[in-house]
Amino acid sequence: MDIITSIKPLLAVLVSLLVIPMLVFSSSKRPNVRESWTFLAGTIKFLIIVSMVPAVLEGKQIVLTLFEIAPGADIAFRVDALGMLFALVASSLYIITAMYSMGYMRGLNEHGQTRFVSFFALAISATVGAAFSANLLTLYLFYEILSLATYPLVTHHQDQASRIAGRRYLTFILGTSIGLVLPAMIWCYHATGTLAFSPGGIFTGQLSVPAATVLLLMFLFGFAKAGIMPCHSWLPAAMVAPTPVSALLHAVAVVKVGVFSIVRVITGIFGIDFLATFDLGSLIAGIASVTIIVSSCIALSQDEFKRRLAYSTIGQLSYIVLGAALLSPKGVTGGLLHIAMHAFGKITLFFCAGAIFVATGKKYLSQMVGIGRRMPVTMIAFFIGSLSIIGLPPTGGFISKWYLVLGTLEGDQLVMLFVLLSSSMLNAAYFLPVFYKAFFCTDEEAMFEKRVDEAPMLCVVPLVITALVSFGLFFIPQPFLNLAALAVNGFFGG
Amino acid sequence: MTPTNYPALLVLAPLVAAIVCSCASWLRKTLCYPIALVGLVVSFFSSTVLLSRIIATGEEITYYMAGWSPPFGIEYRIDLLNSVVLVAVTAIALINLLASHQEVLRDAEEKSGTFYAVYLLFITGLIGVVATGDLFNLYVLLEITSLTSYALIAMGDPDRSPMASLNYVFIGVIGASFYLLGVGYIYIMTGSLNMMDVATLLPPLHGSTAVLVAFLFCMIGVWIKMALFPMHTWLPNAYAYAPIAAARAIAPLMTKVMVYVMIRLMVTVFGYDYIFKALHLSSSVVWLAAIAIVAGGILALGQRDLKKMAAYIIVSEIGYMVGGAWLGNNTGMTGSILHIINDAIMTFALFLAMGNIAFRTKNLRFENLSGLFAKMPWSMAGFALAGLSIIGVPPTCGFFSKWYLVMGGLEAGAYHFVAALIFSSLVCAILFFRVFEICFFESAPGDAAAHDHQGHHHAEVAIEEAPVSSLISLGVVSLLVILVGVYSGTIVQTIIVPFLG
Repeated sequence: MDIITSIKPLLAVLVSLLVIPMLVFSSSKRPNVRESWTFLAGTIKFLIIVSMVPAVLEGKQIVLTLFEIAPGADIAFRVDALGMLFALVASSLYIITAMYSMGYMRGLNEHGQTRFVSFFALAISATVGAAFSANLLTLYLFYEILSLATYPLVTHHQDQASRIAGRRYLTFILGTSIGLVLPAMIWCYHATGTLAFSPGGIFTGQLSVPAATVLLLMFLFGFAKAGIMPCHSWLPAAMVAPTPVSALLHAVAVVKVGVFSIVRVITGIFGIDFLATFDLGSLIAGIASVTIIVSSCIALSQDEFKRRLAYSTIGQLSYIVLGAALLSPKGVTGGLLHIAMHAFGKITLFFCAGAIFVATGKKYLSQMVGIGRRMPVTMIAFFIGSLSIIGLPPTGGFISKWYLVLGTLEGDQLVMLFVLLSSSMLNAAYFLPVFYKAFFCTDEEAMFEKRVDEAPMLCVVPLVITALVSFGLFFIPQPFLNLAALAVNGFFGG
Repeated sequence: MTPTNYPALLVLAPLVAAIVCSCASWLRKTLCYPIALVGLVVSFFSSTVLLSRIIATGEEITYYMAGWSPPFGIEYRIDLLNSVVLVAVTAIALINLLASHQEVLRDAEEKSGTFYAVYLLFITGLIGVVATGDLFNLYVLLEITSLTSYALIAMGDPDRSPMASLNYVFIGVIGASFYLLGVGYIYIMTGSLNMMDVATLLPPLHGSTAVLVAFLFCMIGVWIKMALFPMHTWLPNAYAYAPIAAARAIAPLMTKVMVYVMIRLMVTVFGYDYIFKALHLSSSVVWLAAIAIVAGGILALGQRDLKKMAAYIIVSEIGYMVGGAWLGNNTGMTGSILHIINDAIMTFALFLAMGNIAFRTKNLRFENLSGLFAKMPWSMAGFALAGLSIIGVPPTCGFFSKWYLVMGGLEAGAYHFVAALIFSSLVCAILFFRVFEICFFESAPGDAAAHDHQGHHHAEVAIEEAPVSSLISLGVVSLLVILVGVYSGTIVQTIIVPFLG
């Protein structure tokens, strides 16, 4: 395998960090200058990441070692197909979210906007850092930075509700990462003397089966950002945050860092073969399927728009974990693809929820009967987004679900097939009525007049873009599909 | 000047400055600050020269006081371990001096001459304790340090600090006496006081009860002085009621220097063979350390005052270092030594930030901390970073020493110690986020009008920061918290691994 040493991964991480002083300096007195810096940094970051795509597609890896902490445990970057896939999703959506949050935050005249954009920049830096981490230590470092950078964003309103939500957020996220992941990581290092992600895993017979099971569970629940039950309840609580945070961080960056970390541990620390030998894949798959079904059922009963989306996210995240746990090439491909497909679909839905809140002040689905008359563009985008989450054509979500289903067949795991299909039914059950009620209601039922009055342009344009991308990914899934296939090739040693 | 003279300059510069300072204060009080500054700059410079030279040549630098050669004369012996501790001590002393200028001017102007003189003597004592290669000289310097720290502490809160200081005097004297008795036994058995000399004379005496008593007395002495739980009771009040300018130096340095003395006695004087093969104490001491870690954390949870909370965190951190040193493997010892440096830096950053806050709020009780993130954003950023380092979040330095300590614990099979470390991280997370919550969510009294009908605050809160010199000091130390963290691998490879051999 070709290895290229390059400073690019570091630059991609640093660019949003370096711009933070500019953001603070511009401050709230010159919001337009501040937002220009955000866009500039976001675009440069995206371009740097894109510039590494050709090399990655050729099967090369871009590496950079920054600091050696102990032999075998460095702070180091390594850009491979899996990391690239995630970084592309996060950094492209960051630009769109930056636009959206301009419309949202200004539309609501929120306080502390400079603090908000600064921590947002920090969060996206940490996300890209996590995507490009070469080993578990580096991943843990960025994971923790992301947890802390998100805290002031979740609690942005600084009121009692956000204080309670913030406490729950920290208890789950920081509590599990310190209490479970940290000891698990040091245990790995102690046993093997390395933490680098390698295709066959790092264990060569140091672990007994019970020990491996304990270690695996420590990682699975320790990366609580993945929202595997029972470590999920921080996510609905975190919905007190302004919607751009829920959209980018709690549908894409933060939660995906959680599943990304689990995928890394499954593929790079334990290794597919190791897990298959001891039949630990089905353990993970079992835990993930429980989460999928239970969270979808809970989502059915949620009336608050964002909370319904949050429970839907919890279920969808476990799709990715389930995909990896199938331990079959198609299944893992489906899981990885779902990182991208779910991101574009779910962010659209969050953007819609936020746009409705900005335009009408409504948060509850029961108050949104007939909303399609007033905000048709938003609700059509919502329809496309929900099709993608359900996994119906012609949207990107269909592709990833297709691979996941093939994966279950490949591994002869019909129970998992049943889980996936029933989850799709449940997804449809909690999303389609929203769309139906928005357009198909009598004049008496409708809560809105038949006058088109959308949210500000800066809110509508981003959600149209992401909806179109979700739609387009059905026809052209190659950018992500190729990366996922390449990554899977690596894991299965082909 | 030849490098061999730097060990003397290191100690003499602040000592002479202290004497000049107390004379100058009769003439004019404003002279004291620059004199103190010069003394500490020279000392800091000497320590960096020594460190770089020892790293470059790999050889120890020795200095015979007044030319008397050991084992009869007093030898100052600088090797990898104490040169790095010396840099930390002198740097912290210097930065603290810079940071406290405004406070001393404001709060203790008429006593500033005394303050600087006593402060310099305190630092002289600390430097001497770290630099000396002589067991009895160490006792003398330790007493200089202790006596001056009693005085510094008593200069604080007029109602409560004298009592806290007196309590510290009683317990400190007991600790010093234990150490002195231990040294006495060593002298009886070996006839020598020079550390290297004693180290060569001890091995044949390993079975001796007198040596065992000497060792135990020395250890108990340093444990009392470093406030290892349950011998910690003097520390919280002493640190909480001391003037913040003094507490900022005493808190990060005093306990850490005592840990250094413990490690020096263990590694250089008595040796691993004696401690871990001839004695069977290590598992009990590691248990004690684990209990100290947990107890310190739980006691900290009960505090409603930032200074007290920080003091109990120090009690907990002492457990980290004692436990690491007694695990009986190089990884644990590495963690312990690294934690001396890291904990000194992060405790210093914490106390600097607390000093900045106290400059504006007078009192660090929790109810007075509301709205601080808006009012003092820079100081609070430093505070948050120090807090994260104490919790052990990468890339701050606190994470990396914890890493080695946990590794050492796993290597030794001391799972209770590992559990205590993880528990302590979680407790520290609760401790600090509880404070962050107060500073972030609660608006300062008088700002209630800042909420509009939606509950959003719109009015800009006026920023009221600490003096610029204090802010810059905090900025520098915060930077060190991260830099020392990411370069901890380098520190371990160039300093600690060669030292432990």
